[in-house]
Parts: sequence; C-alpha cells; structure tokens
Amino acid sequence: MGVKTSLEWLSSCAGCEISLLNIGEALVPILTEHLEIVHAPVIMDHKYYGQCGDQGLHLQLPEATVGIITGGVANEEHLEVLEEMRKKCAILIALGSCATHGGIPALMNGQDSSASFDAVYQTPSTDPGAVRPDRVVPQLFDRTYALDEKVKIDLQLPGCPPNPAHIAEVIISLLENRAPNLPTKSVCDTCPTRREGKGAVNQVKRFVENAEFDPAKPISEMRCLLEQGFVCMGPVTAAGCAKRGAPSCIDARVPCRGCYGPVLPKGNQMLDMMNALASNGIDTKSVVDRRSMLRFSGAHGNLRPKKKVAVKEEA
Amino acid sequence: MGKVLTIQPITRIEGHARITVQLDDAGNVQDAYMSLMSLRGFEKFIEGRPAEEVPRIVNRICGICPWMHHTASNKAVDGCFGVTPTPTGQKLRELLQVMAHINDKILHFFFLAAPDFVLGPDADYSVRNVIGVVKAAPELATEVVKMRQLGQMMIDRFAGKAIHPIAAVTGGFSKPLPEEERRAMLRDTQTLLDFSLYALDFAKNNVFNRYLDVIGKLGVITTGFLGTVDRNDGSLRFFDGKQRLMKADGSFIEFEGADYLDYIGEHVEPWGYGKMPYAKIWNEGFSLDLEAPKGIYRVNTLSRINVCDQISTPKAQEALEEFRAAFGRPAQATLLYHYARLIELIYACERTIELLNWEGITDTNVRAKVEPKAGRGVGVVEAPRGTLIHDYTTDEQGCIKAANLIVGTTHNIGPMNMSVKQAASSMIKDGHYDEGIMNKVEMAVRAYDP
Repeated sequence: MGVKTSLEWLSSCAGCEISLLNIGEALVPILTEHLEIVHAPVIMDHKYYGQCGDQGLHLQLPEATVGIITGGVANEEHLEVLEEMRKKCAILIALGSCATHGGIPALMNGQDSSASFDAVYQTPSTDPGAVRPDRVVPQLFDRTYALDEKVKIDLQLPGCPPNPAHIAEVIISLLENRAPNLPTKSVCDTCPTRREGKGAVNQVKRFVENAEFDPAKPISEMRCLLEQGFVCMGPVTAAGCAKRGAPSCIDARVPCRGCYGPVLPKGNQMLDMMNALASNGIDTKSVVDRRSMLRFSGAHGNLRPKKKVAVKEEA
Repeated sequence: MGKVLTIQPITRIEGHARITVQLDDAGNVQDAYMSLMSLRGFEKFIEGRPAEEVPRIVNRICGICPWMHHTASNKAVDGCFGVTPTPTGQKLRELLQVMAHINDKILHFFFLAAPDFVLGPDADYSVRNVIGVVKAAPELATEVVKMRQLGQMMIDRFAGKAIHPIAAVTGGFSKPLPEEERRAMLRDTQTLLDFSLYALDFAKNNVFNRYLDVIGKLGVITTGFLGTVDRNDGSLRFFDGKQRLMKADGSFIEFEGADYLDYIGEHVEPWGYGKMPYAKIWNEGFSLDLEAPKGIYRVNTLSRINVCDQISTPKAQEALEEFRAAFGRPAQATLLYHYARLIELIYACERTIELLNWEGITDTNVRAKVEPKAGRGVGVVEAPRGTLIHDYTTDEQGCIKAANLIVGTTHNIGPMNMSVKQAASSMIKDGHYDEGIMNKVEMAVRAYDP
C-alpha cells in the first residue's frame, strides 16, 4: 500500500487539480502504487457525513500521512475542512497561489466584501427583490485567507496553476524522504528575453498592443517586455512557471502578472514593483490600477478595502 | 419530521455542492435539493480593473474550462472597446476554444463519470473512481491518460498556458501560429479524432447499451433546451452563432447573445449560492415542479445536440443521426448527456482539423489596433457546461464599471435540482436507502458535469 494521502479544495477553481493531472503518464504509478488516496472530492467518493449522509453534523475526514489543499479560506466550511485536515494529516501542503497567497479570489479583499456579495444578487438579469442566500450555505468571511493564516502549513507550492513538474517533485521527494528541489529565483532570473537597458522608457503602457518580436525567431531574440514599456511583474514574482525554457506568459509573448506570488514569502508584489519602476525612473502614475498587482497575493492583509490602504499605497 | 440525509461533498464534479434529502416520518422523500456551497464574487471584484486584463482574471472562474471564460471575456472586451479582431486573431481564439473542449470531454467521461459504469453504480466507494478504473482496465486507462495529455499539451505548447490562458487578447491573439506548430497540431488532432471515434464505440457497447434501463429512468425530467447554432444553417456551434431556445415540444425561438437580458432571468432560492437562470421570455415564471416545471430549460451537451439542426462535420453528423434515430429530438433522458458528450468530442476534433486547415490560420496579422474606452460588450461562447455569457460595461478609462456573468453550469442548477428530486423520490422508499442508491442520486447530477 502507498502513502495515505488526502486531497481537499477550498475557495478554488480546480486548475491545480488539472495541473496535477498534467503530470501525465507518470501520474499513473503515483496514483496506483506510490500513494493511497483516502479522500479527494474531485476524483473519489468519500463523504463528510458518512457514505449515506446520515452520520452526524460534524464532518469527518480519514487519517492520512500527506494532506494536499488547494484554494484559500473564504467561508466557515473551508475553515472547518482545513482544521479537520490539519488534525488528520501529518504533513500539510498548500498547493497553488490561492492556498499560499489568496490567489484571484482574494481580489475581493480589496473591497467591502459583504456589500459586494449582496450585489451579486442584484445584477440586471437577477429577479428583482432577490437577496443573498443564507440557508444551508456556509457563512462567508469578510475576506479570503491564505492557509497559513489559519493553521500551520508544512510546505508551500504556489503557482496559478503550479507547475506539474514541481507537484511531481514534491510528491516524489516526500516518498524519498528528502527536501523537494524547487525554484527560489524570480521570473526575471529565468527569462531568456534580450535585455539592453531601459532606454527612453519613462511611462508604462497597457497591454492593448502586442509585444514587438519576430515570430520566426526564438524568444531569446525578443526584447524584455519591461524594456518595451509594458508592466511585467517578472522582477517581483517567484519563478517556477517555465515549462519549456521561458516563463509561461512570456512564452506566449504576454507580460507576467505575478501568478506565483512574491519572490520572498513576506514580499508585497505591489510595493516591490512600484519601487522597482520608480527606481528606474518610470512615472508610477502611468500605472493604471496598481492594486491589481496584488491580484494573486491579496491575502495576509495585503489587499484591504480602499480607504484603509490609501496611506500605505501612496507611501 | 423524519431523517435528513446530507450527501456532501458531491464528488467527481468540479466544485462544491451538497444534496439534502428530507425524509418524512414514513421514510419517504419529502423534499430533495442540491445547494451550491461557494461564492467568490467575480462580477464585483473585476470592477475597476482595466478591461483588457479581465480575460486573464476571469479564467480563474474555472480551472477545467478556463479557455471558455478567457474567450467569452475577450469578446466582451472587444465589444466595450468597439474593436473587431483580425480574422486570424478570431480564428486562433476559436481554435483554442474548440481544442479545449476535447480535453474537457475526455476528462469528464473517462475520469469522472466512467467509474459509475465501468465498475458499476453499486461498487464500493473506495474503488469506484478513476484509480479503480486504472486497475480494472489498465490498457484503456493508460490510453485515456495519454490522449488527454496529448490534447492538453498541444494547447500548452503553442499558447504558453493551457490552464489559465493568456494568449487570447483584446483585438485578437498574442502571437501567430507557426506552420511547424500547425502541422504538429494537425497530427495530434488526427490521433485524438481516432480516439474519439473509439471512445464513442466503447461507450455504446459498454455503457449505453448495458445501462439502457437506468438511462430511461434515472433523473429523467422534461424541460426545454438552450444552445448556440450557426446563424445560417442551424448547425452545432461552440464559438460563435445565435442562441436557440427550444421548448420541450421542439418548437424554438432564436436570439442574439447580446440581447440575453430580454430572454433569460435568474431566480434565487435561499438554500444555495448558485442563481438559477430560466426562460423569462416564456412568461410563465419559475417553478421546479416535476410535473409542471415553469421556465426551465437545460444547457450543455444534450441540449446543444437537441437544438442544432445538424452537425457540419461528417463523423459527428453520422453519430448524431444514429442518436436521433434511437432517442428522438429533443431527447430528455438525463444520462444521455454522456452520449451527447462523446458526439461533441468527435465534433471538437473534426472542427479543430477544419480550423487548422483554414488558409489564413498561420497569418501573422493576429491583433487589431485597440484603444481603451467607454462602452458595453457581451461575449458568448458554448462552454462544455453550457452557454457562457460575459457582459461588461467600461468607463472612459476602459476600466470595468459593471459586469454580469451567466456561467454555463448555472443554467442547469434548476434542472439538476429536479433530477435530484426525481432520482431520490423514485429510489428512496419506506426508509430504505443504501450507498448504491445515494450514489445513483449523485449520478443524476454528475451527468450534467457541473
């Protein structure tokens, strides 16, 4: 029998789970021999309240050596699942940027979430008079939390989605009882594009025109997107996305938006990026919607409803 | 008041949902319903964002079908900025969106649904899953894993990211398709087409014929249907077309996606976060009554197969004809969603090949000139899980002022509730229920691939 493993997803989209599948054929022996999956809602029918749903009101998860959780914590049920996982799993892994930094759903942390959730039920297509549901469904928190804000996490693997090769490395390193070999640098450090120096750029532009490049030539011939005047979050974003040499977005000739979170765990991608732009003589007023630089790392109190951060933002 | 049974989480689906079955004192079903348990609020937190950034934010609505949100969103932003994408840019978007349907259907049928059929609905939960399938049918399973990977990697290689894509952009696409890459995709898609023909054959012999009695009964309800068809000849379409809304009697009306507000309303019940779209245009209100539902239509594979007049590609059309001869039009049996899914798998492969053979597909003029400005745009595509609508309004800066989304799966929340009630009421009697029965109630949900 393999290592008992339990998987859960909280405020998430299933992209991490698809990335796990993207390990490909190597996944077959992992799933059938090396691991023994005891709980995993996406692929397996283990239930919280007994298999017939008649076993009490408190959710029950099986004991496992390894627990892998995707998604952040956005409601009381997520927290209940997370705490039960912590209780039942010896090693708990936060998989994906929602689990490690809040991810895209933590963009809600930048506004009065209660008013916003109410407003979801007042769109032009919704029946007039509808209100936010409040029966059966779990109570929503006022913000989305990364997992380590609520329980101790033993290993963090960010990415939106995380690189399948690194998911495999984490699993295999656990089986081999060694530390995983994971990237520590920034996206820029792993980017093959050509750097010539900033030149005359003193404003950044929105990505409403394509980058300049010769499609017949390799990506190492394309000039750095920051040097082309686009906001590219590469300098302040943890590396790991590159699958075929270049960082994934750069590979598509599109600037990085920071989906692996900050290079240093406690870093603030918005402040770090604004500093980087300012120190290169770029007019930071040319950045439209600087708060969306925190679109992947809005947990840990980084993104807050607007009035409260106004001071910090202009600092 | 009798017992309450809580099936949670509903498993082998994408997302968080639970089924509540309320029994009466005699142990018969008094009420049964399915609740969506999560709410993230995308419509609100994209407000204020530069609109051209939104297609790479809303893809996180769904990690299984991110290309659907990515492309629908790009269409909506084009509308806001008043830009018409270049022909090649638009075709590249369609190519990737249709390709993404291929993996999605392989994933759902073989990884999520097949365990119920290959191992049987009553098999123990510990083996009734994809790992059990791998052990029971290792050759088939290895082939399936290979095929899904092939489909996923041909997207990843060209577009940088298969999951949470970035390569479709306002005005078109971020890079052209090199000829070498086009040929590799063509080769891979041909392999996938062969596999999809095999998959349908396999399923006909091992699933649909074997479980005909279950198909005829489990979760069966009578509703209308919504899907996208070609503007000229009514053929099945995934990327672009007009909306066709069919009643259970087969009569239909048609509309442009941009006018959806006149046709579709969203009903809210207090016991689930998911809103329930219904056909407002029918002027009959909303009711989930099994005998006399009001305003209820379905989406997703079975619905698209029902509303289209034909399929424009030969192998899929052949399969559609056989399906219609056996089950009629519109077919109502819920488990036929699986059958329709495999017909669409064939279409997705054939359509991908058509697009790769389109003469302008490798042209380098992939993106039109774009200027952020105030406007409104509605983007509609057929996601694997149904008609997907993104509706944005921008301010003078070209930032999102208001957004309204109707996500594919949500159209089916009402129907799924009906199927759950039908399944639970017909199987749970006089206090008797067991694991097999509870799993069959879930199978009525799983067919919709929520």
